[in-house]
Amino acid sequence: MDPSRRWGDEKRIMTTTTLDHPTALPADWRDLLALTKPRVMTLVVFTGLCGLLVAPGPIHPVLAFTAILCIALGAGAAAALNQWYEADIDALMKRTAARPLPAGRLDRQTALHFGVGLSFFSVLLMGVATNWLAAAILAVSILFYVFIYTIWLKRRTPQNIVIGGAAGAFPPLIGWAAVTGDVATLPLLLFALIFLWTPPHFWALSLFVRSDYAAAGVPMLPVVAGARATRIQILLYTLPMAAAAVAPWALGLAGPVYGLAAAALSLAFLALALRVLANRATEPKAMKPEKQLFAFSIVYLFALFGALVIDRWL
Amino acid sequence: MTGSDEREIRRRQKARAIILAVLLAAFVVLVYAITITKMSVSG
Repeated sequence: MDPSRRWGDEKRIMTTTTLDHPTALPADWRDLLALTKPRVMTLVVFTGLCGLLVAPGPIHPVLAFTAILCIALGAGAAAALNQWYEADIDALMKRTAARPLPAGRLDRQTALHFGVGLSFFSVLLMGVATNWLAAAILAVSILFYVFIYTIWLKRRTPQNIVIGGAAGAFPPLIGWAAVTGDVATLPLLLFALIFLWTPPHFWALSLFVRSDYAAAGVPMLPVVAGARATRIQILLYTLPMAAAAVAPWALGLAGPVYGLAAAALSLAFLALALRVLANRATEPKAMKPEKQLFAFSIVYLFALFGALVIDRWL
Repeated sequence: MTGSDEREIRRRQKARAIILAVLLAAFVVLVYAITITKMSVSG
């Protein structure tokens, strides 16, 4: 075996040959929409909207709508480019095998053109409608997700989502910059919060879909280091995440409504992380605490950002 | 290529053309709204 090949290359080569053949039919619009991962986009759009709503100063509703639209389109573009690059490993995982590219409903070139076109469109529209700092951060977030996370890190290191998680942390920064034209401490703390939230969120998921990642040769932490080490890392990342969540209140950048919500939600997160740590199961069926933590982590971020907006607007 | 394949291709092409037309119309409206807003804000 060629030592320069990375882990999982053999499995990928088998599927790449079929995936590179374009499908005979023109792409269905529903498949192009599915490329943008609309469900994942909701959290991105929500955190971007909250960044925009808590920023000081006015923004015209038309420009605010355009800024959020650009964040959504940028996230969709990054997701399309991610699926273009990962079509081979998506075909090997049960969770992703039905996506348009691995299922053969769409050819890779269409996905690439769609993703690149949408990227340029979202960044240029953001620059024209709001300001070029917001557009630049949006461009960085797309490039980071595609080049740093998808192409560079994901197949190489179990730290993929630790560093790659930064890509999903940009939206509140973009929303804030769209209003103010600059970056301040509060949006940077919100960036840090999502950055530190990403590893426990994805590691909880990767614990109970471990076999999927192993089959595709993706070196997620449970595949490389085992379930026990992953559970410890989940707890270790939960602690600074909770600190980042409470920091806006502790630094006087948010009021008591947010402070109370952040403390209560972070304690609940910590309790679930401790339950995950106590769990010794290796079979997905027995991983109820992991599934609960994964589901709660989504609620956690929605509730925390919602509380920040409520706190600011009260 | 069978008759049903051709019908499916036509159906997809038509659906994409309609959606593209709607998106282009929405884009025109959005650019108009952004222009008017920016003019009123700077004015």
